This record gives sequence, structure tokens and C-alpha cells, in this order.
Amino acid sequence: MTMAVQSSFKNMTLCLFAVCIVSSALLAAVYAVTKEPIEAANHAKTINAIAQVVPEFEGDPALSTIEVGGKEYSYYTVSKAGEPVGYAITSSATGYGGAVTLMVGITSDRVIYNTTVLSQAETPGLGAKCTEPEFADQFKGFNPARKKLSVKKDGGDIDAITASTITSRAYAKAVETAVTVFDSITAANTADVDAASGATSECGGQEAENQETK
Amino acid sequence: MGKIQLITKGFVKENPTFSLLLGMCPTLATTTSAINGMSMGLATVFVLVLSNMAISATAPYIPDKVRIPAYIVIIAAFVTILQLVMQAFTPDIYETLGLFIPLIVVNCIVLGRAEAFANKNSVVDSACDGIGIGIGFTFALTLLGLVREILGSGSAFGYKFITGDGILVFVLAPGAFMALAYLIVLFKKVTAKKGE
Repeated sequence: MTMAVQSSFKNMTLCLFAVCIVSSALLAAVYAVTKEPIEAANHAKTINAIAQVVPEFEGDPALSTIEVGGKEYSYYTVSKAGEPVGYAITSSATGYGGAVTLMVGITSDRVIYNTTVLSQAETPGLGAKCTEPEFADQFKGFNPARKKLSVKKDGGDIDAITASTITSRAYAKAVETAVTVFDSITAANTADVDAASGATSECGGQEAENQETK
Repeated sequence: MGKIQLITKGFVKENPTFSLLLGMCPTLATTTSAINGMSMGLATVFVLVLSNMAISATAPYIPDKVRIPAYIVIIAAFVTILQLVMQAFTPDIYETLGLFIPLIVVNCIVLGRAEAFANKNSVVDSACDGIGIGIGFTFALTLLGLVREILGSGSAFGYKFITGDGILVFVLAPGAFMALAYLIVLFKKVTAKKGE
């Protein structure tokens, strides 16, 4: 079929301009319509993940961030009857096929309640088995004060997935990071309490200033 | 050519996967299970039908020299729409297919149909062509996914019928090539008989 429109400079410019304008207008409309459902879906997913890794709680988990070792970690504080019962901490470590990102739930007594994988790109059938209970359930009720958070090959207490030591290491590493983050959170909280009661300690100085400016 | 023929030709004679060997990237990568293959196929059908129709309707007004960029923008727009809609309403499937949804933009099947068919035919014919080729692609991906899932994980459509592992290699990349090769041989054998 012969083209009805000549390929003159003016025609080409006009045509591409029109195509782009119409496409972007269409996209803007779809974006506006899907914005809320996407947010709702993401929110539901997060809440779901939190509910899996911490004990029963009330109200909406509160999102906060904390800086540990130059990296920023986000965590959710869940509470029941006004008392914080635990934290759901997002942490990740590099596995075999990229980052393995976990949500790690740690109760106030520094025991890991449960863990869940938020995203991973490990090999299906090998490393991807880290999402299965056979491996992941080892971390349920894991007390890092009594056992060592690394695979048995490295002298720890975690049974690695067969032929997927790198993934297992990454998983253990991410959980370990979460414990470190937990320690920083509790340290910051204690400092907060100290600051509120008027006591000034060296590490609480920063928080005390923050309290005043609020 | 009748409308029915337009639809059926994509299934056998011009089957994009088994006959034309187009769109190998999503074919090999997403078919780790039957469900994944089918979702990828259906996502492509959506884009293929809409882009075929849009391109067929606008082709007379697009100057020849800029037709490829214009087609790509149209296709990319539909892919992004699909991506947003999937993210909103089927987040689980969106997560599994992940990167391969945006990659539909550069899937040669879609641009191939625009160039070879949609820009010279009517909107209705182009829609039929899109449905035909798309269903052929979906069929091929589902079949490949099913074979790999049965051999590799010992399950079909997520329903597990053996305990323990399958032949692991079929879930991994090399298994995709092997399974696809055997399916193509089988397909050629069946269609060669028919063709006589």
C-alpha cells in the first residue's frame, strides 16, 4: 500500500508529535486511574508481610527509618495495648542472583519471631527454595544470643539449602543485619527515654537535642 | 482470507514460537511453569491486539520514514498501560513476570505484526491477526511451561503430583532450550504431515 502522507520534514515532525502527545495523554489517564489500586496493593502486601513476621498486634504498624553503619534501614514498629511488641525490619544481602530482601520480625526480647522473603532472584529449584518453610522455618524463634547466625559450613547453626550455600549465607547475613538494626533501634529508644527523664548520656545527647526542637 | 483463517493461521502455519521462532527471549525466560508461560502469553495478546488495531487505524497518516519510531511509541504506550493495570489488579503475576512485561515493547512479534500485517490491512483484520498470533504464542508458551514444569518440578499448573524434586535442569535455562528444541521437532513433524 502506498503511503498517503509524504515523508516531508513537516509531516514527520507533526506525526511524531501527535503520536507522542496522544500516547502520553492516554498514559496519564491510566496512571491516574490505577494510582490508588497500586498503592492499596502495595500497602496490603507490606501489611501482610509484617503480619507474618511479628506476633499479634493492634493498629497500623508505624514506619520509621534508622541509619546503621552509613546505610539507611526502614522498619515498622508494631504495638499492642500501647506497648511496642516487636519490629519488622527490612534488610537485604547479596545472594547468587542479586539482592535477597527480607522482612525480619524481632520481638522486644531480641528473639527472631519469623522471617519472610520480600524479593529474590535466586535460581529456581536451588536458591529460590529459601522461600520454602523447610529452610526459612529455621529462623523461627531463633535466639541470636544463644545460637550463631551463619551457615554450618561457616561454623554457625543454620542448615544451608543443598547446593545453594551462597543463597543461604545471604539469608543468614540479612537476618544478622536485621539483628544489628534491632540493637540500634533499642539503643536509640533507651536514649530517648533517658533524654525524656532529664538524664544526659553521651550517646543520648543527639536525641536529647531532637527532643527539644520538637 | 476469511476472519477465521486469519485467526487460525497464527496457531499453526505462522505460529510465532514454533514456526517463525520469534520472541525467543520471553519464551525461554518466563516458561518456568505453565502458569507463568500462560500469563506472559496473555499479556502479549493484550498488547498485540491493541497495537495492531491502533497501528492499522493510524498507518495511512504516518509518513513512511518515521513509521518505526511511531509504532514503537504506540506499542510502548500499550505495554505501560498493561504494566500499570497488572500492578494494580494482579500484583502477584506482575511480580513473577517482572522485567519481562516492559520487554514486550521490544518483542519482535509485536513490531513484526505491525510491519508485516497491521499497516496494510483493515482494523478488524488486524485485530483478528493479533488474536490469532497472540493465541498461538500463548499456546506455545503454556505448552513449553507445562513440559518444563512437569519434568522439572513434578507439577502441572501448580498442582504437585510427585514428592521431592523433578529433573531440575528443566526449570533452569538450559532446560528451556532443550524442551523448546524437542517441541519444535514435534511441531514440525505434525505440521509436515498436514501440509502434504
